[in-house]
Amino acid sequence: MANKILVFLEQRNSQIKKSSFEAVKAASDIAKKLNYEIEAITIGNNIENLEEAGNYGVNNVVHFKNSQLENYSTSAYTKILFNYFNETEAEILFISGTALGKDLAPHVSAKLDCGLVSDCIALKYKNNELIATRPIFAGKALMDVKISSSKKIFVLRPNVFKAEKVSDSKAEVKTINVEDIDLSTRVIEIKKSDGKLDVAEADIIVSGGRGMKGPEHFNLVEQLAEVLGGAVGASRAVVDAGWRPHSEQVGQTGKTVSPTLYIALGISGAIQHLAGMRSSKYIVAINKDKDAPIFQIADYGIIGDVFEIVPSLIEEIKKVKSN
Amino acid sequence: MKIAVCINHVPDTAAKINISSDGKNIDSTGVTYVLNPYDEFAIEEALKTKEKLGGETVAISLGGEANKETLRKALAMGIDEAVLLKDESYRDSLSVAKALADEIKSQGAEIVFFGKQSVDYDNSIVGQLVAELLGYNSVSTVVELNISENKIIAAREIEGGKEVVETSLPVVITAQKGLNEPRYASLKGIMAAKKKVITEKQPSSYQNYVEIIEMKKPAPKQQGRILGTDVSAVPELVRLLKEEAKVI
Repeated sequence: MANKILVFLEQRNSQIKKSSFEAVKAASDIAKKLNYEIEAITIGNNIENLEEAGNYGVNNVVHFKNSQLENYSTSAYTKILFNYFNETEAEILFISGTALGKDLAPHVSAKLDCGLVSDCIALKYKNNELIATRPIFAGKALMDVKISSSKKIFVLRPNVFKAEKVSDSKAEVKTINVEDIDLSTRVIEIKKSDGKLDVAEADIIVSGGRGMKGPEHFNLVEQLAEVLGGAVGASRAVVDAGWRPHSEQVGQTGKTVSPTLYIALGISGAIQHLAGMRSSKYIVAINKDKDAPIFQIADYGIIGDVFEIVPSLIEEIKKVKSN
Repeated sequence: MKIAVCINHVPDTAAKINISSDGKNIDSTGVTYVLNPYDEFAIEEALKTKEKLGGETVAISLGGEANKETLRKALAMGIDEAVLLKDESYRDSLSVAKALADEIKSQGAEIVFFGKQSVDYDNSIVGQLVAELLGYNSVSTVVELNISENKIIAAREIEGGKEVVETSLPVVITAQKGLNEPRYASLKGIMAAKKKVITEKQPSSYQNYVEIIEMKKPAPKQQGRILGTDVSAVPELVRLLKEEAKVI
């Protein structure tokens, strides 16, 4: 009888990502309800904060190690994760839906011939079944699903499940040196976009729309994001106009985000934009048009000119922060 | 060289989505369907790849009769052939992937393009599933691509940047916005597409592992507060951000 949950821990730059600890915490909550064991697996070279996984509810971590595994490789990571998940008695695999997780999880699912649910935002255990809730149509609707195959993969949306510490204990790490590595797909370079925070990972997002009137005014959006320690986002209209890069686009053909705070500056709130950010915890809208649909979902709104209000807002936040 | 592009027919992103009475599907009444936006980049890249390496392009779509409209759009843009895998029953992503993989295999395509995700069920997995089923290399969420017969260099979007991947044929690429500028169908292309035959096939059925229990609309958000109409509202906003939202 299968009775174990496996959690994949993703490392980038020798650090396990926060989103993986979110997955550990979510998995350990489910494991407690099911009375299952829990184990974590990671792939990479030297990893600095691996033992920290213990703080979030997993006591055992298997580390597949080789210097060639430092960067992601679809082919190499798929084989290692598939082999381990296939051979252990683990029934369920949890993995965070980062760029890496979204690529890796389906490969493992096809190789194992098992069901996968992507982009889970809630999990519940009912009538002996694990039920996942996921947004569809970029959040215009929700869907509850379950998996009927004997092995099951759940991909969790980052930033939704909270990485709360449950203990001070350190995880015990078992290192397995990997020899035979399939690098038929391999990363040869990583290009960072000048150290900016990505909207997909940010807890605070300040987005600008057509109301910013031109790319030259986005320094206001950037300044507000900076004083709040957030990321810059953009509406589809301004991305299509070439004012901002697509990597910043929030909405149905951009990124679906759920930060703690989302500030929409000069964004009217087209249905495809609202779909991508409506699950943010707090929404602030500043817009001249009182009938803009964004005000229907905003927690706090100011009907007014962004060019007057935003500079004052930046000053006020600086003042409060310096106190 | 055969180049395949798998495309989907989805509700327009401007469409309101309602749930059907059985709670297991969406109500398509009054909903306009379009070619999945990400698939436009996949089609464009298939056409560019043909212009570079030669060969033939085929568009494949799984779904009902209505998907022909989307296949015609691909033909109008310049795709050579179109295949409709006709099946309107519920399939999970892996079952869709298996049917597409069967067709790609029978077409002998060695380069396969997908949009990185369908904007209906937003799974973002079918391209990767197909690659694994066929034993092809794969790069997902691609924003730059340089493809030649013996080497493929693809940049994929990751958090805070891009990772540049090197691989080789056969390959599945899933396209992200920014990869290219999709061309418009020419009038000549549209006329020619009307005359082309869309081949209909019956895909094999496969077991579903993911079962839909229920679809629902998200809980409506409570109407918020309008704090003011000028800069005098700013201190109150900052107070709320500090005391209620606790983000400052």
